Amino acid sequence: MTTAVRVRGLAKRYGDVQAVGGIDLDIRAGEVFAILGPNGAGKSTTVEILEGYRRRDAGEVSVLGTDPGRPTREWRSRIGVVLQTANDVAEATVRETIRHFAGYYPNPADPDEVIERVGLTDKAGKRIRQLSGGQRRRMDVALGVIGNPELLFLDEPTTGFDPEARRRFWELIQDLAHQGTTIVLTTHYLDEAEALANRVAVVARGRIVAEGTPATLGGRATAKATVHWAGGSEETDTPTKTVLELSRRFDGEIPELAVIRPSLEDIYLRLIEG
Amino acid sequence: MTEIAAPRAATAAPARMPSTLRVGLSRAALETRMFFREKDAVLFTFSFPIILLMIFGSIFSDQMEGTGLSVSQLYVAGLIGSATMTGFQNLGIGIAMDREDGTLKRLAGTPMPPAAYFIGKALNTLLVSFLQVAILLAIGVAMFDLELPSAASSWLTFAWVFVLGVLGSSLLGVAVSSLPRSGKSAAAVITMPFVVLQFISGVFIPLSQLPDTLARIASFFPLKWMCQGFRSVFLGDAGATLELAKSYELGRVALVLGAWLVGGLVLCLTTFRWKGRRDG
Repeated sequence: MTTAVRVRGLAKRYGDVQAVGGIDLDIRAGEVFAILGPNGAGKSTTVEILEGYRRRDAGEVSVLGTDPGRPTREWRSRIGVVLQTANDVAEATVRETIRHFAGYYPNPADPDEVIERVGLTDKAGKRIRQLSGGQRRRMDVALGVIGNPELLFLDEPTTGFDPEARRRFWELIQDLAHQGTTIVLTTHYLDEAEALANRVAVVARGRIVAEGTPATLGGRATAKATVHWAGGSEETDTPTKTVLELSRRFDGEIPELAVIRPSLEDIYLRLIEG
Repeated sequence: MTEIAAPRAATAAPARMPSTLRVGLSRAALETRMFFREKDAVLFTFSFPIILLMIFGSIFSDQMEGTGLSVSQLYVAGLIGSATMTGFQNLGIGIAMDREDGTLKRLAGTPMPPAAYFIGKALNTLLVSFLQVAILLAIGVAMFDLELPSAASSWLTFAWVFVLGVLGSSLLGVAVSSLPRSGKSAAAVITMPFVVLQFISGVFIPLSQLPDTLARIASFFPLKWMCQGFRSVFLGDAGATLELAKSYELGRVALVLGAWLVGGLVLCLTTFRWKGRRDG
C-alpha cells in the first residue's frame, strides 16, 4: 500500500498557544481517514497545514509526495479541498461555477456528471445564493472533486445538517471512496467517523491521543463491559461468565438484564478528557 | 465503515496545466457575469457619476472667462477622471469581500494561478470603467455641449490616460483591500480616502480654487493627473490657461501614472493577503 500522507513531529504555535504539539500520521492511499477532536484541539490547523494553507513551525510533512509548505500548481491539481464555510460566488449558478472551476484543472471531471453525483441536477441552473445549507455544502464538495483529485480533504463537512441530509452526504462520500479517492475528514460527530472512516485518529490538546479503526479505537473492543440486572451491576472483562453465574442465581431469566460495551462516544470522551 | 478501495491511479500522461491567460479570461467572464447580476449595485455604480454630472452641470452652467468653455465641460472631464478611478473603490471593497466570504481561500486551494485572479479583476474593472466613461461622454455631448475631439492624437492621449489610470488605480485598490479589518468595514475604509481625493484633485472644485497645500498633496496621487489628462482631451488648448501650470503637462501625467502603476504593483506583491486577519 502506498502512503498518501506522511507526517512526523508536526508542530505549530500561535503566539503562546501550542496548537499542534508533535503529531505523527500515516494515511494510506485509498482509505478514508477521520480526524476527531473537540473544537480547538488542533485538527483544523493540522489539516490546513496538509492542504498547504498554513506554514508549520516544525516537522516533516509529505502529501502525495510533495511538501505542502511549497505547493505547486501540479500538486494542487491532484488534491481537492472542501473548506468549513464559504459564501462565495453567490450570484453565479451551480453549473456556471462548476464549469468555471473545471477550467483550472488539467484533467477535470465532466461538470454535468459531477453535478449529478452530488445530487444537484435539479438545481444546476439556480443561483448559488438560492441554495439551502445542505445543497450549498454539496456544491462545495462538487468543487472539491471537479479536478478528479487523488486526495480529498473535507473539513467538518456536515456541521449544521439535518439527519437526512447527513445520511445522503455520507452516501456521496462513500461513493467517492469506492472510486478510489483517498479522503481525509475532520469531524466532531462520532457516528460520522464510525460510518465513513477506515481509521480514526483522536486529536486533543494538539496531540494524537488514540488511533485505530472505529471498532478498536482506544481499546474499545477489549474494554470492560458492564452487566446490569435488577438489584445490581458489575464491570467485568468476562461478561459471559457473569451472566452465566447470574442465570444460575436467578434460576433462569435474569430480571432487567443488560450487557453494555462502551460506545465510541464513551471512549472518545474518556480520551479527550484524559 | 467504508471498504478500502484500490487507490485511484494517477493519470497516465500528465496533462498540461491550463494557461494563466486562459484562466484569467475565464475569471474575467465570471466576475463580469456576477457583477451585472447584482442589479442594485449595477444601477448605483452607473447612475452615481451620471447624477453627479447632472447636478454639477446644471448648477454651474456659466462660461469661464476668456476661454469659451463652460464649467459643466470641466465637470465632464473631472468625472471621467473619477470614473477611471472606480477600480480603486471597486477592487478595494470587492477584494476585501472576497477575502471575507471565502472566495480567496477557496481559490488558494485550487491550481488557479494567482495572476489569473488579478487579470480577471483588471479586465472586469476596465470594462466597467469604460462603460461609465462612455455614458458620461454621451450625456456630456447630449446635454452639456461637450465637444468630442476630432484629432486622433487626442484620442491617443485619452487611451493612454485611461488605461494607465484604470490599471494604476486598480493596483492601488488591490493594495488597500488589505487594510479593512473585515469585508463589512471595507466600504467605510475605502470610500473615505476616495471621496477626499476627489475633492482635492480637481474633480468637483478646480485646483486653482484650492489652498496650495491641498493641491500639492493631491499632486502625489494619480487622480489629479488623470483629470488633467482628460481635460487636455476634452477642453483642448483653450483650457490650458486654466491649469495651475498654464499647461496640461502631459509628460508629467504619464510619468506620475506610470510611477503609480509600478509602485502599485510592488505594493500588491508585498502586501497582498490571501487570508483574512482573523484566519491567522
